[in-house]
Amino acid sequence: MQLIPCPWCGPRDDAEFHYGAEAHVVRPAVPADCSDAEWEAYLYLRRNTKGPFAERWMHTNGCRRWFNVIRDTYTHEIFASYKPGEPMPDIAQLTAKKDA
Amino acid sequence: MSRQPNRIAPHATLGGGRIDRSRPLGFRFDGKSYTGYAGDTLASALLANDVHLVGRSFKYHRPRGILGLGAEEPNALIQLARGNRSEPNLRATQIELFDGLDASSQNRWPCLKYDVGAVNSTLHRLFPAGFYYKTFMWPASMWLTYEEVIRNAAGLGKAPEGPDPDRYEHMHTHPDVLIVGAGPAGLAAALAAGRTGARVVLADEQAEFGGSLLSEDDVFIDGKPGPDWVAEVVAELASMPEVTLLPRTCVHAYLDHNYLLAAERVTDHIGAVIPNTPRQRLWKIRAKQVVLAAGTLERPLVFRDNDRPGVMLSTAARGYAVRYGVTAGRKPLIVTGHDDGYRTALAYAARGAQVAAIVDLRPEPSGPLVDAAREKGIDILAGHSVAGAHGGHRVEGVDVAEMTTDGSGLAKVTRRIGCDLVAMCGGFNPTVHLFSQSRGKLRWDAELDAFVPATVHDPKHAPQASVGGCAGTMTIAQAVKDGIKAGLDAARATGSTARQPAAPKVDEPGMGEHRTVWVLPSDKPVGHKGKHFVDFQNDVTAADLNLAAREGYRSIEHVKRYTTTGMGTDQGKTSNVNALAIVAATLGTDIPAVGTTTFRPPYTPTTIGAYGGRNIGKLFDPVRTTAADPWHKAHGAKFEHVGQWMRPWYYPKAGETMRQAVDRECMAARNAVGILDASTLGKIDVRGKDSAEFLNRVYTNAWLKLGIGKCRYGLMLNDAGFVIDDGVTTRLADDRFHMTTTTGGAARVLSHLEEHLQTEWPDLEVYLTSVTEQWSVASICGAKCRELLAELCDDIDLSNDAFPFMAMKEGTVAGIPARVYRISFTGELSFEINVPRRYGMALWEALMAAGEKHGITPYGTEAMHVLRAERGFIIVGQETDGSVTPFDLAMDWIVSKTKTDFIGKRGLFRPDLMLPDRKQLVGLLTENPNEVLPEGAQIVEEVKPQPPMVMLGHVTSSYYSANCGRSIAMALVKGGHGRKGDTLSVPLAGKTIKVTVTDPVFFDLEGSRRDG
Repeated sequence: MQLIPCPWCGPRDDAEFHYGAEAHVVRPAVPADCSDAEWEAYLYLRRNTKGPFAERWMHTNGCRRWFNVIRDTYTHEIFASYKPGEPMPDIAQLTAKKDA
Repeated sequence: MSRQPNRIAPHATLGGGRIDRSRPLGFRFDGKSYTGYAGDTLASALLANDVHLVGRSFKYHRPRGILGLGAEEPNALIQLARGNRSEPNLRATQIELFDGLDASSQNRWPCLKYDVGAVNSTLHRLFPAGFYYKTFMWPASMWLTYEEVIRNAAGLGKAPEGPDPDRYEHMHTHPDVLIVGAGPAGLAAALAAGRTGARVVLADEQAEFGGSLLSEDDVFIDGKPGPDWVAEVVAELASMPEVTLLPRTCVHAYLDHNYLLAAERVTDHIGAVIPNTPRQRLWKIRAKQVVLAAGTLERPLVFRDNDRPGVMLSTAARGYAVRYGVTAGRKPLIVTGHDDGYRTALAYAARGAQVAAIVDLRPEPSGPLVDAAREKGIDILAGHSVAGAHGGHRVEGVDVAEMTTDGSGLAKVTRRIGCDLVAMCGGFNPTVHLFSQSRGKLRWDAELDAFVPATVHDPKHAPQASVGGCAGTMTIAQAVKDGIKAGLDAARATGSTARQPAAPKVDEPGMGEHRTVWVLPSDKPVGHKGKHFVDFQNDVTAADLNLAAREGYRSIEHVKRYTTTGMGTDQGKTSNVNALAIVAATLGTDIPAVGTTTFRPPYTPTTIGAYGGRNIGKLFDPVRTTAADPWHKAHGAKFEHVGQWMRPWYYPKAGETMRQAVDRECMAARNAVGILDASTLGKIDVRGKDSAEFLNRVYTNAWLKLGIGKCRYGLMLNDAGFVIDDGVTTRLADDRFHMTTTTGGAARVLSHLEEHLQTEWPDLEVYLTSVTEQWSVASICGAKCRELLAELCDDIDLSNDAFPFMAMKEGTVAGIPARVYRISFTGELSFEINVPRRYGMALWEALMAAGEKHGITPYGTEAMHVLRAERGFIIVGQETDGSVTPFDLAMDWIVSKTKTDFIGKRGLFRPDLMLPDRKQLVGLLTENPNEVLPEGAQIVEEVKPQPPMVMLGHVTSSYYSANCGRSIAMALVKGGHGRKGDTLSVPLAGKTIKVTVTDPVFFDLEGSRRDG
């Protein structure tokens, strides 16, 4: 039972959330221009990172807002959460700060 | 009242323990009556009554006695109470005695003393390690029979068969500091943290706080006996408003991000149901900081027949004497490699027992405790081994002999020493379970000969500290000092700036070096004549572990599963480290190389009911009902679940079969008036200036030009191009739409829309609100429905010209403000009357009353399915399965060719989605018009005598249609659109049905009935 920091509601139990897989996968602006391979990549191909990872969560049983989290998929340590549209923080910098 | 032969009078200076001799309690064990005292556990009360034989072992049915003092107990498993309150596998050492307690032993038949299953012990050659996999594997066809017999013969207690009548609650708490364990270290930590004003939760699995201090008579803190210091600390903690004390609460799971679970036994120790009080509480604790002070578990020694009743852990034997005033034996023999064993000898000697001997594994024991034992005149056999124990239902004596210097064999012949209690001390294992559950790594401490916490997994959320015994700290002075520091550090981490209080002065016996001998040498090799038990609960012996290693098992996880060591209700609390050591020795490696098995929650068995809490029965999952639900029930509707909704399925009249009722409903819905409760359809209010653009993007067809008051059917795809939902959406205003979704898809569709609005198109100004529950919908259809509605509605012109198909009008129906939609899922002239939910029943009753003369007939979901199938309308989730495109459904007409993009457009043009032999929607007509195909049946071109055959597709919907006078079916068939007119086969068990491929429209082929 992880503690997920919702950027709008604060830290909440993970039972309130819905997982949304890898973050920053942008729907192509002009899908018609995509090759089959590009569209397949958008639909199905996701990174399967062990370690710090930018991923989406939705506060389903709360504010119902989507947001992004930098979370270590192995230790479950959470480094940051931020609203959609905000730039992805520098993961290397975030994790380095922790080691220092 | 029976006397308690082993209960000793209070000692003049050492006191009489923690029991209340003024409160005798009667209890029963295996039908026999006994008495104990308030403060007893069932185990201490049984020992007070000289009952040592309390169970039969799992595999060999060997007589077993009480081994431990608490959670570690592997033998004394008890079935408590009767009926549906009965609970199996409780440890007698943890059951608090109450008046009228009714306990039974387990795994014996017909009774504990004469157990038929004990024949297994003499047949032990049949039961080596992995006996399941060996003895009973041949012939293979017999396995099921063997398994049934084994399951009956094995097994521990019996689970009750009915529902649990007790109530359980969930509690949520968010302390600054959670302290697990209220022994000396935990109490010190709680006091230090509590004095800062921090919010502290202190939980301990026992009824009384104090931990080991309650079982020692030789520890003084600030000059006071241990229990007196405990009482003072607990009193101070109890006075602190921010401190929550949770006795009888076992913290049994350490999950992510300092989320821990604890089960509190609220009424178990009372033995009665207390009004308005749950039986147990499950505490869900999200702690900022965690201090683990879980203490240690003593290790048994592995020697021949070490399972005889009366052989117990040294600290347990001492605990019974000091804490409960019970001598577990009059002539105890202590076998130890540790000074701590001497404390047991001294405790018994002080209480009048005649200590038979101290068998010390160390060749030259020395130190204050050894000196004290010598002063008492106790016989100390240094450098000796216990070669084996004797006795049946009770230990009678042991064989002892001097060991070789390296401890691998005997140097001299054995001699017998009589005794009625063997107290064994094989050293101490820190209770690292919770630390390990938090994914912390363990380290083998070669000085302690035990695993201790090493590195934490996630420093942000790891336990802030392990202190006391569970950290490998073996003196109380150090445990208290570390506890104070940990408690204060934890409080500081959450913001306190308090100063560290001074540690109290602890006076306790000094301890010297210990010696560990993993298997005590004997005059016969391991596995010959008698058994060296390692795991008492699962009857795993040293020989079994040797065998597993010899058979090639290397991973300790495999050894565990093959031999079953460390499994069962105690999860190897006493056996794991001994087992590791024996496996390591057999493999010729060291213990750290073997590693440990994974510690998983729960630490001790926890009642499933506690996890369920109040979320059972009606509260397990909500049931959604419509406003007219009482009418449906009163009129005999049969219901079906659609998601959480309860929908009328059909309304049988007296004597009608389902088929008869559905046929009648289908006929009436076309030829007279049918009425359907359509309230469950998902409804989403779409508002904002970009609403039309938004719909344009989420549906396949065009929405920008839809007029106000007009309706349009929409098909929703995902970006892969597959159909995910459909429904009719109506424009209420320039910037406002009323969207409907499938009943089961409402929540999913709302999430799908919200996701795109928030993450892909935040620039669109659109607001979505679920209004499913706000509207009650009665859908009327059939030849007479316009006439019926006209009677109840005088402010809407219902003519086709004024109120055409796919339009919505606002007006009044039966005096109720209503939105009336001219949309149709049956192909008939149809009106869907939407009213605010609170008027739903009134509308329904008004329609039924006015419709009577027209033969109004309520129909359920089954008739609805038939009626729509007659017209070839799809149901998403029935004709589609997440892999079906609009083109597969021959719904090309709804896919816009002019829109540059919508969700799913690009997906539709992926190569595989354009193949000609995709499964496509068709109709099927059986040769015999009365034959109804089973839904899901496979369709083939060429029937072979037996599978495999080439499958072309499957039947998605199939009914008998009274309106068509024959059966009809829809199916997804490979290349189906090009197979119209072909004959295919549906092979079923025992017969094959020939079918003709058709268009999926069976009734009113011209679609002329929708305008009445």
